[in-house]
Order: sequence, then structure tokens, then C-alpha cells
Amino acid sequence: MAKIELNGLAHSYMPQVQEAQDFALKELNHVWEDGGAYALLGPSGCGKTTLLNIISGLLIPTHGEILFDGNAVTKKATEDRNIAQVFQFPVVYDTMSVYDNLAFPLRNRGVGASEVDGRVREIAELLELGDSLKNKASGLTADAKQKISLGRGLVRADVSAILFDEPLTVIDPHLKWQLRSQLKHLHKRFNYTMVYVTHDQTEALTFADKVVVMYDGAVVQMGTPEELFERPKHTFVGYFIGSPGMNVVPCHIDGDKAMVAGHAFSMEQGFSKVPEGASLEVGIRPEFLSLSRDGDGPAVSIQKVEDLGRFRVASVRLEDHEFKVMVGEDQEVPTDGARLIVDPTHVNLYANSHLVEEA
Amino acid sequence: MNKWSDNRAWWLVMPVVLIVAFSAVIPLMTVVNYAFQDTFGNNEFYWAGLEWFRDILRSERFHGAMGRQFLFSFIILSIEIPLGIGIALAMPRKGFWVPFCLILMALPLLIPWNVVGTIWQIFGRIDIGLLGATLDSLGIDYNYTQNTIDAWVTLVVMDVWHWTSLVVLLCYAGLQSIPDAYYQAARIDGASKWATFRYIQLPKMNRVLLIAVLLRFMDSFMIYTEPFVVTGGGPGNDTTFLSIDLVQMAIGQFDLGPAAAMSLIYFLIILLFSWVFFTVMSYLDRAEN
Amino acid sequence: MTLTLENVWRTVGDEVHIAEANLSLERGTLNTLLGPTLAGKTSLMRLMAGLDKPTKGRVLFDGQDVTGVRVQDRSVAMVYQQFINYPALTVYENIASPLRIARTPAAEIDRKVREAAAMMKLEPMLDRTPLELSGGQQQRTALARALVKGADLVLLDEPLANLDYKLREELREELPRVFAESGAVFVYATTEPTEALLLGGNTATLNEGRVTQFGSTLDIYRNPGDLLTADVFSDPPMNTLPVSIRDGVVSHGEKLSAPASGVLSAVSDGDYTLGFRPNHLYLHKHSDNMIPFSTRVAVTEITGSESFVHVDFSGQRWVSLTHGVRDVDIDSTIDVYLEPSKCFVFDTSGKLLAGPWSSVGEQG
Repeated sequence: MAKIELNGLAHSYMPQVQEAQDFALKELNHVWEDGGAYALLGPSGCGKTTLLNIISGLLIPTHGEILFDGNAVTKKATEDRNIAQVFQFPVVYDTMSVYDNLAFPLRNRGVGASEVDGRVREIAELLELGDSLKNKASGLTADAKQKISLGRGLVRADVSAILFDEPLTVIDPHLKWQLRSQLKHLHKRFNYTMVYVTHDQTEALTFADKVVVMYDGAVVQMGTPEELFERPKHTFVGYFIGSPGMNVVPCHIDGDKAMVAGHAFSMEQGFSKVPEGASLEVGIRPEFLSLSRDGDGPAVSIQKVEDLGRFRVASVRLEDHEFKVMVGEDQEVPTDGARLIVDPTHVNLYANSHLVEEA
Repeated sequence: MNKWSDNRAWWLVMPVVLIVAFSAVIPLMTVVNYAFQDTFGNNEFYWAGLEWFRDILRSERFHGAMGRQFLFSFIILSIEIPLGIGIALAMPRKGFWVPFCLILMALPLLIPWNVVGTIWQIFGRIDIGLLGATLDSLGIDYNYTQNTIDAWVTLVVMDVWHWTSLVVLLCYAGLQSIPDAYYQAARIDGASKWATFRYIQLPKMNRVLLIAVLLRFMDSFMIYTEPFVVTGGGPGNDTTFLSIDLVQMAIGQFDLGPAAAMSLIYFLIILLFSWVFFTVMSYLDRAEN
Repeated sequence: MTLTLENVWRTVGDEVHIAEANLSLERGTLNTLLGPTLAGKTSLMRLMAGLDKPTKGRVLFDGQDVTGVRVQDRSVAMVYQQFINYPALTVYENIASPLRIARTPAAEIDRKVREAAAMMKLEPMLDRTPLELSGGQQQRTALARALVKGADLVLLDEPLANLDYKLREELREELPRVFAESGAVFVYATTEPTEALLLGGNTATLNEGRVTQFGSTLDIYRNPGDLLTADVFSDPPMNTLPVSIRDGVVSHGEKLSAPASGVLSAVSDGDYTLGFRPNHLYLHKHSDNMIPFSTRVAVTEITGSESFVHVDFSGQRWVSLTHGVRDVDIDSTIDVYLEPSKCFVFDTSGKLLAGPWSSVGEQG
């Protein structure tokens, strides 16, 4: 396992780069710790696949360099980088048995038969593939095939990093849970450095220690799931993470409070100096809003309530602004005279879409 | 059973049925008719039973032609299939050169059989042919009208030149359908070029390869025009293949009975091989699902 | 229009693709077919469309038998998981194509296309070709084409499965409104319970070719008739535990013995399977009735707002879903608590006997 450093990395698919917009991946500097689980999260076209391809060696970046444990590998071919990768669609060697699939990377590297056998059986046990070792890989289900892809990486004791490219795309929801928790378990036990690319926030947040949110070729925030949820650095992060995403409404500042349609939202953590002339917005997650008949929140009108079983999402209107409010299974949605109660510890202020840091 | 049945569909099939009936079924029945009858002229026929079949199957002339035919097909396949795969692998997978390569590959396929024969017939002539004259000037004794080996080499090279492209194009299509992720996975797993070929490219190509082998086998087994134009079956009978022999027998000697019996045997051999190929192919199909 | 399936079977060779399907779908309703891959969702849709013929049973449109009628002669539109558009035609022409086939007058075509484009928010893209569109826009084009046809039956086979997460969320929110406006019978296949809940309407749960239950989506979520349905309609999957209830005590071998309160008190003595959703398995005790279990932590997943703690109890893998960040060490032993008023009791054959919404009866 290795520490991955990205130094001034940037990439453009165009032969001649003229302006910033030509870059599919804008300059980024990061250090990913040895044994960390990182997720690259963003919508399609945000540059996450470009970044993954640079790490795996499929692309040579236009600028910057990439280091594994301090050694530059920027121009090294994939096979010399010592990485493993699980792809979006299962890649298995159809004509081989499960056993031979798992043994393949070791045999290619000239590992002795008895060591191969030991490793293969160990990994098969770990991935719960022990019973199907003799079966042909082509006849297996999608989730078993993905396990084989992963297993081919794990058999090599010395991989620097394991890369995942939306590996659960073709897996049924029920099995997603199993496979994901198995993955997490493996990570906790063996401390592999893992990089996981996805557009699914649940996958990214549950899998990773650190989530790298990308948007339009740039990293907008890197942080723990908790940080991303509670203090999104950019309104895009607020919108993209969480379902439904963060409520973002225009506001102005009056003293230490944010004013929305004449109502004051207090912010417990305060905020530092707001840039002059910036357009200001306040961001509050639906989880930190509630509805009540009493209390001193502003009166709102309820537009619609969606029942999602586990919780309900109420859309409420405060003058011209719409808020989504998450209501627990056992809580009541007041049909009239509803007031919007705001958790003051979770109100974030944004200037030109960027978070205004706490005071 | 599982789809809708609509009887109007029969009308759409009718033209094909009629054309096939006139162009294949009725001539075939005529041939069958000849195969079991004999005549002394005057359009009087009488029943000959299996006599012609016995004669043909016992005749050394037929054995010779059939042996040559199988040898020719075997040589052709063992050269064209690996060569075709090799060229397909060497062709660029994407980029500027792809259409160029494809057109280059398709060129020999566009030339009519008899023209191919004529080209090579002239190409190999010692007096005016580029190939023949060059070899001759290098001091190599080459003469496809006199020397058996030279005649065979000329025919094989000509067929390889004409038809390898077909194998190339089929294999190339098979290769193109392999997603990039497979190659990437192979690189990550440290697979050698050979292992990549053996475990990714070949398995993904096996179905188009079967089609290629089938097509090339049937075509080469029925080859007529090119050897007829180039060597005329000579020297002696050394390049007389089944089809050439058949034509000689039927049209040259006007032995309609034996010729009919022979063409039926010929037909059955091809049918048998096609059936075996089809069975293997559909078996593979099932195995994959 | 009403689409009715009467005892419809479909078998291919020895394989049963659809067994004994009985459904009645009303005009203007959205009906979700929910089930894992290969549960028979697509097979059922093909039967509804008339692409396949039932081996047994009848398909009725408005009471009229259409079992033998081909898809071309029915009023059906279909949208697939793959974005299927005519690549050479503009978005406008793509949407207009079914109307052109039906020889609709030009003025009417224009009106209908613009209407559908507005509904699917495609107005600025009408002059582009599908390849110049994002995945979401391509699928919206396919949806608009299905809508403009004005078909009586619109079948959507996992239409959002290939889309980005957030796009899916947006479209899911728009779709119920679009459906309500068009007034056809909509059938929507998905593997995701959350999607069914977001869309609302009715849901038919499928398992191995059988419709296990059909009814209003929320009602099925709350009153799954059997364990199979409950399992299909739970994300994360429902936690289960075989128990026996005797003289007001619920037990599981040596490992559990607790007073049977809440839903558990509604059934007579016997052996049962307990089912409970992850959000009803708590890490903290907040009522006296809660049943404690001593479990081993397998893995914890934290989303920032919620934590999924996977625990093992007596050979069962459970998930507890709680708000906030709860990081628990792997392999540590923790107590989890079950709220007895929130669990489902199934008999040994898997049939629901009592649940939080069926026996206690507090709806909503």
C-alpha cells in the first residue's frame, strides 16, 4: 500500500490549451494517505474519471506529477504501477475458472504454484467465493464477478492502491449493501489504499474516510462525510450531497443574523468577514429544519408532503422561497399555522457560492 | 409459438421460395434424377440404381481429386486463419489509419474471381509476368505450368492474397467489440501479450472465427474459377480439384450419370461440414448464456 | 382505460417467466413494478405491451379482450433503460416521429411536440441531435416521444437506471406530475424501493415471476403481506429473526427472552419470523418496552447525516440505521434495541400476521 501524492495535476484533452475552460481536470494538489479510503464524487463530466485514469496510468497528465510513496510514476505504464482496478462492468476472463481468474495475476508474475494456491484460497475465503472456485467465471452473477475483479487485485500482496470505477452500477440494491459492507470490512481489516469513483452519494459517503467532491473539473471540497454534510464548502456540495439536497436561498446580513424575506435566521457559529458586494445565500439542510405549531419561527405555507416511508419531505413556502423539510416517521406535519424552526447550529452562509468561514 | 403468428408473412416469403425453387431445388432434383439413371442417347433413360455412386466412390480419379481438394482447403485454412488473426491484431484500434486499413483490406475482396485468376496467371508468367520474370531473373526455377509444387504454391498464394482479408475483417470486428476495460484489466494483472490474446482476444473472437472458418472452408472447397484460369487443373491432373474434375466429367466427357452422382457426394460433404459447424456454433452460443 | 391481466402465465420451455399474474391498472395512475433483476418485471411489461403472448390467461383493455392483438395494433408506448432515440434526427423530429407515422396534421404535430418538450423541459434543445445532449436530456427526449404519442399505456423499463444520481432525483420528482397530466396508464419498472416510494402511486412487488402484492405504494410499504414482499420493499433489506412466543414471552433459543409487548402481543403462542426495518433497530434505549440484543459489529457506514451499523446476532446480519454520526469499532460488542411496536410478525410460511400498521391500526 502506498501514499498517493498529486502535485499540480491538470489535464486537458485538447492538444492546444488556451484557457482554463479547456481543462477537463483543473490544477489540484492533494496527498492521499497510505491506507485511506477515498471517494471521488461528482456528476458525469466533472473530471473524476479523468483523475482516475491518470492515477491508473491510462492518461498522462498535461501538467503536474503523481507520486506513489514519494516515487514519481507520472509516465509509468499501468502494469508498472502496481495497482488493482475494479471496473463499472464486471471484467472476468470468461474461459477460466474462478480459481484461475484469481491466480492469473500471480501466475503472470511467475509466483510459485504452492504460494499461488495459498493466496487464492485465502482471498476466495475472504470474499466468500470459496464454494465456486471450480466454476467457470462466465456463468456467475454480476456481484460475484465484481468480487472476482476485486480478488484479482487482492491476491497480490503488494498492490499500491485499489481503484474502483463505479463498481456497483450493475448490482441489485439488496446486494449493493452486502458488497459495500464487505468492501468496507476489507478496508478496515487490511488498510488498503482505496480510491472509489462514483456519482452516488450514498456509496461515496458510506465507503470513504475522505470524500473528494468534484464539479466542472475542479475539486470543490475534500473532507469527511460529516464535514461535507454539516459544513459544505460550496453550495454545489450542499446540493449534491444529501437527498434532498441543501436548501439554498438568497439572504442579506443584519448584524450577526442572516435575513431571509424579512425573517432573521441566527447562526450560532458566527461568520468571518463577508466580501463586499458578494451575492449572499444561506444554506440549511432539510434535516435541520422542522415544522411546529408553536415557537417563534416564521409562518410558512405547506405546498406538498411526500411520504418516503422512513421519513417525509415537506415542501414549504416562505414568501418567494421554497424550503424542503425532513419530517420523521412519527412526527406530525401541521396542516395549518405551521412555523419553520431552524437549528441555529447548522446554518451556513455562502458568499458567491463559497462558504463564509466561522468567526 | 412465443411470438405472434401472422399469416400474411407467407406472402413475403413467397418470392424467395419461388426463386430458390427455380434456381436450386428443381436443378438439384434434375441432378438427383441423372444420378440414378443411365442413357444410351435418344433421351431414353433407364434405372441404374447406386451404380454411379459405387463407381465414383471407387474411382481413383475421384479419390485423387478429393484428396487434393481437402489438402488445398487445409493449407488455405491453416495459412489464412492465423494470418488473418495476426493482421487484425496488428491493425490500429482507433484513429486516423483505421478507415485506410479497412479499405486496403477490402480491396482484394472486390475483385471478381475470374479477374483474380487472370491477374495471377499473367503475374506468374516467366515471359511477361512481374512475379515470374523476377523469380526467373533471380535464378529461381519457377514455372507453374510445368512444376506441381510451383502450381500449388501459386494457387495457395493467390487464394491467401484474395481471401485473407475476409478473415481479417471478421476478426477485426470481433476485436473491436471488446471493451477497453478488458485490456486495462489485463495490463493491471500483468498479462503478457500472449496471455492477453489467449484469454481475452481469442475467447471474444471465437464466434466470428467459426464463421470465418466455415466460410473459408466452403469457399475453398468449391473453388473453381481461379485454378481453372491459372493452371487449368494441370500440370497433368495435379491441381484438378473436385469442381474442376466435375466440370470435366460433365461437360468435357458428357458423362452425366457419374457427374451427377459425384456432385451429390460433393454436395453431401459440404452439407455435412456445414452442419457440424452449425452444431458447434449453436453449442457455443448456449454455453455462453 | 383499464388494463387488466387475468390469471396471466408465461412459460418458455420449462421456465416459468410469469406465474398467475392478476392486476388491474386504472387510467391516470402510476403503477410501479418493484423487484430485483430477473424477478419478471420486463417479462410482465412485454405481456402488457403485446410483445409476447401469454401462455395462459387474458389481457383486457377496458374489458375488451386484446390477448391476441399485436403491439402495433395497440395503443402502447415504451421507454427503456438505454436511451433510445433516432441519432440522425433532431430532438424535435425525435419527439414528432410517432405523430408523423400516425400522419397527424403539421400544425397539430408542432403544438403537441412543443407541449411535450415544455413538460420535459427540452425547449432549448429542440434543434440539437441526441448525441449533443446529456444522458438526462436524452432520456427526457425518449420520455417526451412516449408521451406525445398519446398512448393509452406507457411502459417505462427502469428509465432512470443509467442516469446520474442527482439527475435521477430531479426526474423522479417531475415524473409523477407529468404522469398525472397525461392521463394514461403508466407502468414503471424499478429495482429500487426508494424510487417506488418517491413516485408514489401503486406498486406491484415481484419475486421470481410472481406478483406478491399489489396496492397503494405506501400501504404495501407499511403492510407487506409476506416476508418476500417486505424484503423486496426495504432498502437496506429488512432485518429478520426467527422467534417463538409463549405465554407473553418472546424468545430466540438461549439468546433472547423478553416480554412480548407491542405488535408481539397481538399474536397467539407459536413460532414466528420477526421482521424489522433498519430504522427501527436503535443503538439507544428510549422506551422501557424496547428489546435489547447483544450483537457484534461487522462494519459501520457513515453518510454524514446517518450511520448504518451492520451487526451480527445469532447468525443473522442486521443493519441499524440511526441519525447522526455513530462510529463503532469493528468486532466490538454493542447492545441494539428493537421497538416492539414497530416490528412485523410473519408466520413460518412467511405470511404477515401483525405489523405496526395492521394490528395497532394507527394509519399515517
